[in-house]
Amino acid sequence: MKRWILVVLLLLAGCGQRPDWHLRNIEGLMPDLAFQLTDSQGRAVTADRFRGKISLLYFGYTHCPDVCPTTLSDLARALRRLGPDADQVRILFVSVDPARDKPGVLGRYAAAFGPQVRGLTGSQDALRQLTRRYRVSFGLGKPDTQGNYEVSHSSAVFVFDRRGRVRLLDTDSGDTEALVADLRRLLKEG
Amino acid sequence: MPHFTLDMLLPWEFSPLVLAACLGALFFYLRGWRRNRRDGHPGPGTWGLLGFLAGLLLIYGVMQTRFDYLAQHMLWIHRLQHLVLHHLGPFLIIMGGAHPAFASGLPVRLRDSVLFRNPPVRALYRLIQHPLVACILFVGLIAFWLIPEVHFTAMLSARRYQVMNWSMLIDGLLFWWLALEIRPVARGRTLGYGTRMLMLLAVVPPQIYIGAHIALADHSLYSVYNVCGRAWPIDPLVDQEIAGIITWIPAAMMSGLGLLVVLARWMHASVLPAPAGGDAAPAG
Repeated sequence: MKRWILVVLLLLAGCGQRPDWHLRNIEGLMPDLAFQLTDSQGRAVTADRFRGKISLLYFGYTHCPDVCPTTLSDLARALRRLGPDADQVRILFVSVDPARDKPGVLGRYAAAFGPQVRGLTGSQDALRQLTRRYRVSFGLGKPDTQGNYEVSHSSAVFVFDRRGRVRLLDTDSGDTEALVADLRRLLKEG
Repeated sequence: MPHFTLDMLLPWEFSPLVLAACLGALFFYLRGWRRNRRDGHPGPGTWGLLGFLAGLLLIYGVMQTRFDYLAQHMLWIHRLQHLVLHHLGPFLIIMGGAHPAFASGLPVRLRDSVLFRNPPVRALYRLIQHPLVACILFVGLIAFWLIPEVHFTAMLSARRYQVMNWSMLIDGLLFWWLALEIRPVARGRTLGYGTRMLMLLAVVPPQIYIGAHIALADHSLYSVYNVCGRAWPIDPLVDQEIAGIITWIPAAMMSGLGLLVVLARWMHASVLPAPAGGDAAPAG
């Protein structure tokens, strides 16, 4: 009995020694990264293409006035801080506005933020499946007289490890330090 | 706000368990209802049938239509979903005479199976159906799932979300069953009218407190909706205000409705002669 108490105490102490992540740890709460989308060349792409890399999944649209460009440049800034290791990370920018975000537009937009940013989109069905999988909402607003419309989308950045398992949720992309520290730690996992 | 289209009646996330539970309940209720009528046994009439069907349909609707998507992405719709799962749906099902109908409708083998007859199950049932424990569970579950940290992960994880909704539904059925079961009091096996009224009263102040706490908060308590996106653009504080009011007023009013039912039965019972062989004094 005493031995068991000791074992439990040691285990607890072991858990205590592991420092917390800076971002929110959501390991095991959501399914592995999986999708069927099209890339910025209009080719079909699945999550397998990004296995072996750390993936940052973010939803938005290229006509987004402020939130998307800010988030993407925040993420890109964090990646630049990683130096050569940045190549081990991919930012997957999934447009939920495929009507306006044709492959070419999306590719140029993504590339503008950095070489690790990939613009992806898909059919309404594929997008609905993916957003349902990660429990985020999106909706298209009413077009104005010029046909412009706003798109509501989540602000979450989901971080997946090299094996495609969900690990972290970034709710404040402005905190570069936190993201960089956690990405370095994930990179060390190999 | 989204416009209604027919495909919204399809499940957002299909759950075989919800479908099977609803169809099973429907089948055995209808079987028992018809048997009771045929054999002249006491049981729910047409109004009972309608109440039961409404309760079942509401529960199915909030879990297995596009309403579920809205409930995942709007705090006040989530509160509405739980009002149905924990209060209104079970209330209608119990008032619809679920007990006498199931008593005749369920296969005898299932009714007498180890599931219901086994001593540990019975002991557990007696424990959670102790009036005090039942009240604590009823209010405690509302409070637990509304702890911001718990709420966050429940909204992220599909599994925890299911556990949350099922726990609310099952607890709702147990609580309203305890408070409103139709079996005549006075057998020493059921709660007395006074205890039932006390239970219904006791759960009101904590619900008012939780609801008011949410409605009157001056900052956003549940960030998961900001992070994962709301179903349509709305000020987070307005969302929270409506959510708090739903947790506060209609939830407390359900207790008022329950009190009226118990009071009416009590008055009815006290003008009737005591049933032969029974003790007319309330057991609680």
